[in-house]
Amino acid sequence: MTLEEKKPGWKSLLMGAVVVEPGSSLRYKTGDWRAFRPLVEKEKCVNCLFCWIYCPDAAIVRREKWVEVNYDYCKGCGICAKECPKEAIRMVEEQK
Amino acid sequence: MTVVGMTGDEAVAYAVKQGKVDVVAAYPITPQTIMVERFSKYVADGEVETEYVCVESEHSALSACVGASLTGARVFTATASQGLALMHEMLYIASGLRCPIVMGVANRALSAPINIHGDHSDMMGSRDSGWIQIYVENAQEAYDWTIQAFKIAEDKDVQLPVSVNLDGFILSHSLEGVDVLEDAVVSRFLQLRKPLFTLDPDKPITVGALCLPDYYFEFKRQQVEAMLNVPRVLGKVNKEYGSVTGRSYGVLDTFGMEDAQAAIICLGSTAGTAREVARKLRAQGKKVGVVKLWLYRPFPTEEVSAALKHVKALAVFDRAIGFGAPYGALCSDVVSALHGLEVSPKIFNVIYGLGGRDIQPSDIEFVFNETLEAARTGVVKEDTMFLGVRE
Repeated sequence: MTLEEKKPGWKSLLMGAVVVEPGSSLRYKTGDWRAFRPLVEKEKCVNCLFCWIYCPDAAIVRREKWVEVNYDYCKGCGICAKECPKEAIRMVEEQK
Repeated sequence: MTVVGMTGDEAVAYAVKQGKVDVVAAYPITPQTIMVERFSKYVADGEVETEYVCVESEHSALSACVGASLTGARVFTATASQGLALMHEMLYIASGLRCPIVMGVANRALSAPINIHGDHSDMMGSRDSGWIQIYVENAQEAYDWTIQAFKIAEDKDVQLPVSVNLDGFILSHSLEGVDVLEDAVVSRFLQLRKPLFTLDPDKPITVGALCLPDYYFEFKRQQVEAMLNVPRVLGKVNKEYGSVTGRSYGVLDTFGMEDAQAAIICLGSTAGTAREVARKLRAQGKKVGVVKLWLYRPFPTEEVSAALKHVKALAVFDRAIGFGAPYGALCSDVVSALHGLEVSPKIFNVIYGLGGRDIQPSDIEFVFNETLEAARTGVVKEDTMFLGVRE
């Protein structure tokens, strides 16, 4: 868990786990769940955007001629590498 | 005063109609409940403005109710038996998301073997689901408690779902005279729901968010606190309802307990039979009494203890079995409530009426006599009596 703020007690939390701040999940960075890291070889990438469509976490970032990965949120599922028709994405084990 | 002939189910439906409920979602399969059948007629006849959602299962019915309740709507559904079992997952979601849904439950047996008749197996299996549970004795109480249930559920200090439990067939399908209120009186009493949160595109919120080990526990603690608030809120609602109707309610009802040496405690329609038998025995000079719980969850521990601590012997009636448990559910709770008394009554559990088996005045009289015997000798013959089962 990467939420950094001091955690409140039950008396001050909003009832029923309601979250009233929109978009607060952006602060919950799930990248540290990743066991394998997708690496994009931009020379091979043809910008077909299959990976961008398939990524369940919207962690593919579109650039003008290729794609990049937002490692703050990428959980390393490998779907992008599996779907890439040009084998431009490799999954490499994370080094700790 | 207007007295109308109604079954328990119809009395609930009429209360829901007068309560100006925004959404009803239901799946009235086997076993059928006339609560939603009658209510669907009100919708078809244009007598209510309720959004009536037909769904494909009880699981979906309560799911739809949860969604509707989270928008700020007043919501009702009804079920029984297998239908309640199919709702089980959603029961916890409704209470966890703090949805003040009111549900009528015509308590019936669970399969197998297949049986459609009345007992408390269905709701007792869901007693820890975070729902407030009220058990009624007759159609009048079914009507009165349904109206009050919305006000208790929607109170800002509660915000929990409520089940109004009526004995399957015995109450759900039996015709009785019900003293109903004017529509305007119910409107004034209930008013509109004031939700703490609503779904509003201009003020977006997230409900049902993931809470991992660092947060989940805190929200369960909040639910405990809401349950602890129930007796106070219920007392306030009962008092206000009493001032409107002249009918007084509370967490429990007693008969003859001022001097009883032997008592029966039970839920639902059995209390009426027990009271009648107690009246007869008291006329013979036997000091017996009856305690009927209206509120089963949260369990009114202090009130139960105060009502029962002076009796010498006590029979606790359970219309459901806790397989492998030391006692049935109600008896376990009563024993817990009396734990710590310097002198505890002699207690035994009476399992009765399963699968709709009738309970006769003679059965109750037999138990009263056993209880009086235990009071006299200080000895309980058997901890659990299976009343009326064939050997």
